[in-house]
Amino acid sequence: MQPLTNRSKVVVKKEMTLLEKMYIPAILNGMMITFKHMFKKSATIRYPEEKREFSPIYRGQHVLKRDDNGAERCTACGLCAVSCPAEAITMQAAERKEGEEKLYREEKYAANYEINMLRCIFCGLCEEACPKEAIFLTDRIVPTEFERNDFVFGKDKLVEKMDDRIDVTKRQTQDVLDFKQNKQYSHNKLK
Amino acid sequence: MENYYIFKIILVVALFVVSLLVAMYSTYGERKISALMQDRIGPNRAGPMGLLQPLADGIKMFMKEEIIPNVSNKALFILGPCLAMTTALMAGVLIPWGGKIELWGETFDLQVADLNIGVLYIFGVTSLGVYGIMIGGWASNNKYSLMGAIRASAQMISYEIAMGLAIIALIMSTGTMSLGEIAAQQDAGLANIVYQPLGFLIFLICAFAELNRAPFDMPESESELIGGYHTEYSSMKLGLFLFAEYINMFISSAVIVTFYFGGYNYPFQHEVNEALGLSTNLATALGTLIMFGKIFFFIFFFMWVRWTLPRFRYDQLMRLGWKSLIPIAILNILITGVVMWMNGKLN
Repeated sequence: MQPLTNRSKVVVKKEMTLLEKMYIPAILNGMMITFKHMFKKSATIRYPEEKREFSPIYRGQHVLKRDDNGAERCTACGLCAVSCPAEAITMQAAERKEGEEKLYREEKYAANYEINMLRCIFCGLCEEACPKEAIFLTDRIVPTEFERNDFVFGKDKLVEKMDDRIDVTKRQTQDVLDFKQNKQYSHNKLK
Repeated sequence: MENYYIFKIILVVALFVVSLLVAMYSTYGERKISALMQDRIGPNRAGPMGLLQPLADGIKMFMKEEIIPNVSNKALFILGPCLAMTTALMAGVLIPWGGKIELWGETFDLQVADLNIGVLYIFGVTSLGVYGIMIGGWASNNKYSLMGAIRASAQMISYEIAMGLAIIALIMSTGTMSLGEIAAQQDAGLANIVYQPLGFLIFLICAFAELNRAPFDMPESESELIGGYHTEYSSMKLGLFLFAEYINMFISSAVIVTFYFGGYNYPFQHEVNEALGLSTNLATALGTLIMFGKIFFFIFFFMWVRWTLPRFRYDQLMRLGWKSLIPIAILNILITGVVMWMNGKLN
């Protein structure tokens, strides 16, 4: 029969020589290999103490940004929830009351805003969709929890703290900014 | 005479504690060495460099739920690990841990009991060790446990013959069965490894099989038998089984060192003692320290082999035992006899 490839090899079952039958040279050879490995550097990264360097465009846990005066940017328009392919985002809107101007930037705000971190696929489409530049994905790792319900992050975990502002500029490389420019057009494309 | 008994009691207690301590840190050593050989780090959370890991493991073992299967034979199920642990601790009393020691104006040997049939006693006790595994495996009423127990006993019987034959050659060349004398002889002459290299190799291979350690860890083989004889065991009963294995490893390393590597003796020891001007007790302490160095090397060697070689197949194991080791051991006896006859030691 004609071989299909030129990589075929004839299998030879040759008898072992006496030295090979004794196994001892082969065993010593193997033991030298394991012994050498004892002095090699291990590849382990001791996670909580050491952290692997992230890619500059790593997409991790979300943050809801405040503006420079500390008012929440989000207006509960719902575009992030609509754009979310995993349907991880839900929100309830509320109207801003008299005297709450310091807290919320515009007349409408999100009274509840929840992201289910078990559903989220960290695609970043919410960030792309947001017209108010309120939601960003950061280089933080989502912490682990023991209960499923604890993975539904509310506003307490998502909105950045006033005294602990989160830097999102790291991710905004030129490539990302170029990509975001296109969002003005991508919604208007014909079906 | 009273001092004699007090000294022996202290020695037994010290031996008990040291055996347990060495076994404890062998578990740590095994994990650390396997990690290093696989380019990992190993336990490093409990204490500095993970040195408290054995304690954490012990606490875990005690806190875990203890399950005795309904279908098991309860008395035998409990007896199994007890027997394994007891027999593991019994062999240590015969090992000469050092030379003479002077206390309260008297001189004692650093050995609990120097039986004139010491070699036989060690063989008897180590063969009893398999009863713990057999009884434990059978009482579990589980097919995997039973399979592991069968393999353990078959393996033990096969390799004990070759081991015994290797030892016969050693007894022929030393002319004694007392471990104290075997160790003392190697002070005057060379270590027995020089006279019995083949016997040592056979003894070492059989020691691996007797200890149920890789590459002969057939009774446990987690990939085929889900842990073998200790499949059904949990909590500290499992701990006792695992612990007995490490104590056995310690004791058999000590036996190998005593038989073939001079025990507490080391080259030029009299010259070294004179040069340093050591008293009897200090010289003994130095000898004991060096003996422990040799023992730790062999414990390391057992681990080294375990993390290098894959497991034998059952038929390969039997073929190696019956068709290779036993004939070679008999040949070794023959060679020993011929060499002794040529040197005029037989008459």
